[in-house]
Amino acid sequence: MKPAPFRYADPGTLDEALEVLSAEGEGAKVLAGGQSLLPLLSMRLAAPAVLVDINRVPGLDTIEATGDGVRVGALVRHGALLGGGPDADAAARVQPLLARATAHVAHPAIRNRGTTVGSIAHADPSGEMTSVLALTGGSVAVATPSGTSEIPWADFFVGPLETSLPAAAVVTSAFFPALPPRAGTAFAEIARRRGDYAVCGAGVVVTLDDDRRVSAARAAYISVGLVPEVHDLTEAVAGQPADAADWSAAAALARGKVDPDADLHAGAGYRRHLVGVLTGRTLPAAAAEAVSRSAA
Amino acid sequence: MTTKLFGEPVRRREDARLITGRGRYVDDIGHTALAAAFVRSPHAHARIVDIDVDAALDVEGLVAIYTYEDLTGPLAEPLPVLIPHPQLHAPRTGYPLASGEVNHVGEPVAMVVATDRYVAEDACDRIVVTYEELPAVVGVDAARAARSAVHEEIPDNVAAVHHQETGDVEAALATAPRTLSFTQYIERSASMPLEGKGVHARWDADDGSLRVHTSTQASTSVRAAIAAKLQLSLDQVEVIAPDVGGGFGVKIVHPWPEELLVPMAAIALGREVKWTEDRREHFIGSAHERQQRQEITVGYDDDGRLVALDVHIWHDNGAYTPYGIIVPIVTATQLVGPYVIPTYRVKVESVYTNTVIVTPYRGAGRPQGCYAMERTMDRIADVLGLDRAEVRARNLIRPDQFPYDHHLTFQDGRPVIYDSGDYPGLLDKLKALVGWEDAEAMRRDAEARGTLLGVGMALYVEGTGPGPYEGGHVQVLGSGKVLVSTGLTSQGQGHETVLAQIVATELGVPIEDIEVTTGDTRRFGYAVGTFASRAAVMSGNAVALAARGVREKALRIAADVLEADPGDLEIDEGLVQVRGTPGAAVPLRTVAVLSNPLRYAFDEAARQATQFATHDDSKPPVAEDDEPGLEFRDYYSPLRSTFASGAHAAVVEIDPATFEIDVVRYAVVHDCGNVVNPMIVEGQVHGGVAQGVGGALYERMAYDADGQLQNASFMDFLMPYASEVPDVDIDHQQTPSPLNPLGIKGAGEAGVIPGTAAIASAIEDATGRRITRMPIAPSELFDLVNDESAERTAASARRAGTGTMPAGTMPAGVRTTGVRTTGVRTTGGGA
Repeated sequence: MKPAPFRYADPGTLDEALEVLSAEGEGAKVLAGGQSLLPLLSMRLAAPAVLVDINRVPGLDTIEATGDGVRVGALVRHGALLGGGPDADAAARVQPLLARATAHVAHPAIRNRGTTVGSIAHADPSGEMTSVLALTGGSVAVATPSGTSEIPWADFFVGPLETSLPAAAVVTSAFFPALPPRAGTAFAEIARRRGDYAVCGAGVVVTLDDDRRVSAARAAYISVGLVPEVHDLTEAVAGQPADAADWSAAAALARGKVDPDADLHAGAGYRRHLVGVLTGRTLPAAAAEAVSRSAA
Repeated sequence: MTTKLFGEPVRRREDARLITGRGRYVDDIGHTALAAAFVRSPHAHARIVDIDVDAALDVEGLVAIYTYEDLTGPLAEPLPVLIPHPQLHAPRTGYPLASGEVNHVGEPVAMVVATDRYVAEDACDRIVVTYEELPAVVGVDAARAARSAVHEEIPDNVAAVHHQETGDVEAALATAPRTLSFTQYIERSASMPLEGKGVHARWDADDGSLRVHTSTQASTSVRAAIAAKLQLSLDQVEVIAPDVGGGFGVKIVHPWPEELLVPMAAIALGREVKWTEDRREHFIGSAHERQQRQEITVGYDDDGRLVALDVHIWHDNGAYTPYGIIVPIVTATQLVGPYVIPTYRVKVESVYTNTVIVTPYRGAGRPQGCYAMERTMDRIADVLGLDRAEVRARNLIRPDQFPYDHHLTFQDGRPVIYDSGDYPGLLDKLKALVGWEDAEAMRRDAEARGTLLGVGMALYVEGTGPGPYEGGHVQVLGSGKVLVSTGLTSQGQGHETVLAQIVATELGVPIEDIEVTTGDTRRFGYAVGTFASRAAVMSGNAVALAARGVREKALRIAADVLEADPGDLEIDEGLVQVRGTPGAAVPLRTVAVLSNPLRYAFDEAARQATQFATHDDSKPPVAEDDEPGLEFRDYYSPLRSTFASGAHAAVVEIDPATFEIDVVRYAVVHDCGNVVNPMIVEGQVHGGVAQGVGGALYERMAYDADGQLQNASFMDFLMPYASEVPDVDIDHQQTPSPLNPLGIKGAGEAGVIPGTAAIASAIEDATGRRITRMPIAPSELFDLVNDESAERTAASARRAGTGTMPAGTMPAGVRTTGVRTTGVRTTGGGA
């Protein structure tokens, strides 16, 4: 379990990084936190010719929370979103789902190294942050030698471990739009062991109208499906009071919408069942948050 | 006396070293050594057509490549069958490097030696092996069906049929008032020490000697194996087990191919060579255990008393049988547990599969036996509507029945005669500890909280401390330091502490003066090894006997200089003194100097000793029956194994929506005779329970039909974390063994044995669904509860909706066809 030979570059600027990436083409791989990439290298499941370590690139380690949303730089570690600093606290106010989901990412040692953006760029359907990006309607900022662009989540995720990112490109940040007024979120996960990849996870957003009736309910699931998907569950609960909506109808609707696969740890039927259970548990919690945010 | 440390919770002396990173493991040795890596079979069953190494030869840093063609002499022969048995009629072992055929994914095919492990793996990648695939046999049922054979000349895949019986079972079953039959399964897990295997070898060409460090549980036997296979004289080979990061059974197997090939390369190349097993290699290239299919028929009366038990087991032994049929024998003979079984018949068919070999993993067949027996007890209770504890109580061997002869033959070839025990005492303590009588109240409380609660229990008797022997050597130096050594190895259990406690107590010296060495053939040449919960029993008693020998000699010498009768002397805190006469004393370290008539005054101790020197011209300086030095070597060889026992109870809560299973309480009552160190025993129990919970709820070897192990990493092989292991409540009972001087029984494996049985029972109690396959994951429990045809327990019918899975989660109502309480012969469970 030692990596195959590779070259290593640690550019000091984004331009240098892009230069190396363009010169190397498909054989280059960007290294940030390394929590997924290094095990793949050690097991020789991946053998890039060169690793482009972006950890020395300045300006990628910031969390910027504004009224529009939260922009998370490519070198921000998962753990940085979990509170303890003004940036994290501001981010949690603007988009509470971010920290809520991050708390379910692996273990402290992994959260201290792994990055939110790296997790998104890795596009593992078992990762929490891909679905959070989708559910919040987020996007990623991509730098290429020819300029920068913002790619919406739906255009970014192509398949499991596959994105539309061109070879010579660095995802410099991810943007999670703010939670709208009168909306609330919740996140829950079932894992075999604490900190494991979820057998099934669910993130939801519930939005209320002026009368505290449900105007929208959306959900995205973890370890369900090949790419992140946002499921609109509004029809099951539209117009119902936030504190007395028929959440089980929304759960049933969710069960019918998803198409989970079986793996070593869970059958497809069980996963579908959990989609219903977690939907039924998270929606009322999100609605309650929406109520309290409406009152504020 | 301050030196009376036997029985005290002395803190582990090895911990400071081990937990601050100052342990010295194989991989810490030989930083400049060449590295070995292996090309291993990617196929479960194949013929090797060709091995092409050409592309690897260009790799810079490559030193050597070895294939089967390079092996000579005894190395080219199959690996030994360590423990032959007449009932092992078709033993098979692999070669150090595959010869023509591979029989499991991970079997070594070629060894590469290079300047470092990275380069070695680069070269491995470039070696092209052409295989002709053969059909793979995976799983005990496929082996039994025998549509294809693992070894061509063994078409039925049966390696051994182990069979024991204590009477005419069929006649007894025919006349039994009631019988029931069922089939159940238990899956594979593995030892999974955090340190894998590892071997470092250094050949000294000038001296003609080989020094091998290996992460083993049996260094003396590895030494003998290396000497035999490499055609060296025993005195040319030293084998040392340095700090070993866990063994749990897998490292008792020897010689592993790597233990022969690495020394072979070191000699051939004249360079130090090291191999450190990585985790994937450990998954596919070491050993697993536990998979069995068990068909059980029990005859019993209306009170739940056993009349006869008939057990037919198919045991998956993997691709080869280097360790014989120890695991099947242990299952067969330990299955009987603490119960009186008037007539017992057991047949274990040990079958080949194209998977990693099966050799003892902590428990070594006992968890399977316990699972068979205890689930039988649960079923009898269910049919009769009796408390599961009561059915067990009615069948227990009574304290006045010891020694109790089961009329079976144990793994050591000796009779299964229980030496001592108090099983009703265990059961009573367990019920009190877990609150067994309050189970219904606990269940109602849980129900109010929206969870399903179940309780389960399991009892076991564990044969521990089998022979043939272990030795101990104790030497007092002129410095006062006491050197203790035994050939048996340590893997973190706390032997340094326990053996020091025993010697401190026997000899009357401060524990700080004692240094313990284990598993180093330079210090002790004769040993058997660490397995079968035998270290404390065997080496504990051996070092006690050796310490007694030293004490006797010390008293004799001191009596001379103090002009006293040896019988009037005592040793305390390292001082030999006349009992009741203050001042009449000589330090033990001085006695040590006096024990050697050659006393060059190299140090103060020797100079001081001269004042005590006696001189008698009528005798030679060393008497005819004496020898210089204050040291003694002794061996302990038991008549037969001593039998420890225990009782576990698990309380589980199940989320009726997510089917998550949480072990909320776990209670253990443990009897290992006299306890040397209760803290270490509790630590052993805690670790065992963790592995028991792992085996019951988390761990399995996920082989696909082609024999590929799909979860060969710690990401997908779910060893429980601390967050998954419950707090463990422990109560001790001490029933000393009459078989050994210290009255102790083994404690190492006990904690793992009843886990699967107790947790299966608790889940069954909580859900009302018959549990016939372990381990069980939430996804499987979901499937079981939603399976209309799944068998319901009679208890759930009687409880009628007050605790079983509620409507909405599972179909309401209770089926009555699963179990017939009136029937003569009831068949339930099943494949």
